[in-house]
Amino acid sequence: MIRVILPAHLRTLARVNGEVKVAVAWPVTTRAILDALEDAYPMLQGTIRDHVTRQRRPFLRFFACEQDLSHDAPDTPLPDAVVSGAEPFMVVGAMAGG
Amino acid sequence: MSGVRVLVGTRKGAFILTADGKRERWDVSGPHFGGWEIFHMKASPAEPNRIFAAQSSGWFGQIMQRSSDGGKTWETVGNKFAYDGPTGTHQWYDGTPHPWEFAKVWHVEPSLEDPDTVYAGIEDAALFKSTDGGQTWHELAGLRTHSTGSLWQPGAGGMCLHTILLDPSKPGRIFVAISSAGAFRSDDGGKSWRPINKGLKSEGIPDPTAEVGHCVHRIAMHRSRPGTLFMQKHWDVMRSDDAGDTWHEVSGNLPSDFGFPIDVHAHEPETIYVVPIKSDSEHYPPDGRLRVYRSRTGGTEWEALTNGLPQRHCYTNVLRDAMAVDALDPCGVYFGTTGGQVFCSPNGGDRWVPIVEHLPSVVAVEAQTLP
Repeated sequence: MIRVILPAHLRTLARVNGEVKVAVAWPVTTRAILDALEDAYPMLQGTIRDHVTRQRRPFLRFFACEQDLSHDAPDTPLPDAVVSGAEPFMVVGAMAGG
Repeated sequence: MSGVRVLVGTRKGAFILTADGKRERWDVSGPHFGGWEIFHMKASPAEPNRIFAAQSSGWFGQIMQRSSDGGKTWETVGNKFAYDGPTGTHQWYDGTPHPWEFAKVWHVEPSLEDPDTVYAGIEDAALFKSTDGGQTWHELAGLRTHSTGSLWQPGAGGMCLHTILLDPSKPGRIFVAISSAGAFRSDDGGKSWRPINKGLKSEGIPDPTAEVGHCVHRIAMHRSRPGTLFMQKHWDVMRSDDAGDTWHEVSGNLPSDFGFPIDVHAHEPETIYVVPIKSDSEHYPPDGRLRVYRSRTGGTEWEALTNGLPQRHCYTNVLRDAMAVDALDPCGVYFGTTGGQVFCSPNGGDRWVPIVEHLPSVVAVEAQTLP
């Protein structure tokens, strides 16, 4: 299972507490994780990536293993530590107040 | 005794204010969806406990919420607003072509008869319709693809479709308004549209009397006279008595004819309300005095309503969707400010009291009369 950490507002929207875990088929990529996440929590569709373009929303970033993966191609295999569940895949809201 | 439910959308959540018919003691619930911008909420006239809410965030985009119990609980519904076909371009602020891009939902308008049918006005300007209670949305693309679409341009808040009026006497007749394109009417349920801006004059566009390009801020009608429309334009308060075919100015003795909301008394079709704002770059009341102006003559002759409203050092704004009336007798009038106040007048504007005073900046106010 892949561990995913969502921003607080998306946890509220999805009605979950803490980390969520999703099953993702190999190869584990950002696209595969988001597909699995949106299948499990349909209310998240459109909130992390645009419905039409499927692009990451501009004020969100993807971190894992202390790396910024936001600009990697969505089909790039993720680090082994994410695949094994040792490290979470993090969806992070940009630090912009408002 | 019947009562009222006031739906308040703010920059940081939704609030629901309820009272009995006296409108003296209010119950306040919220924030619902705390931290999210609630650009508009409105209940179905056909099923009053069904409420739709447009929830958005710069981080997470658009969410649509629906309640079936008067706002006690909510469920997410569809949030996919995909333009139908090629989007083409509209004008950007500098007149260059700019592609249509979905930004957010500005206004939801439930059908007068069917609780599962609801319209949504969005930015960049287009009209969407759902016939399954908001689960799926499809564009009524005849509006966006109108031959004038490439000439539309955004107002300061974006190129938004912010007003949707459904004619209760003519099924299929819909009025919409777009900043900055103008007003449009469909007589076939939204398939085809025509601009209805004859008589408008706007100094900020190359041809002040152009067919489109006018920054219409709000349109209102009385249910008993849907052929009569009242408009608050960027500057000018206007009136039409032929369903928008022609307009004439009724700004009269207003201290400023700039403003955002306009609304009509529930029982007096010639009694209308506006909130004059100093100018397009000074979005606060003239002289720091918050005054609602009422005309009992359908415009031109206006009286200031000040009883209970701050008359010094007041520099808040009242946005276009932030005024509403209830259908009780006497008619209640409500408005919210960017300073977080929601005022109620339980007697048609003669006396105002704040229901709440310290909410986040208020974007939208709707009033529901409960049985």
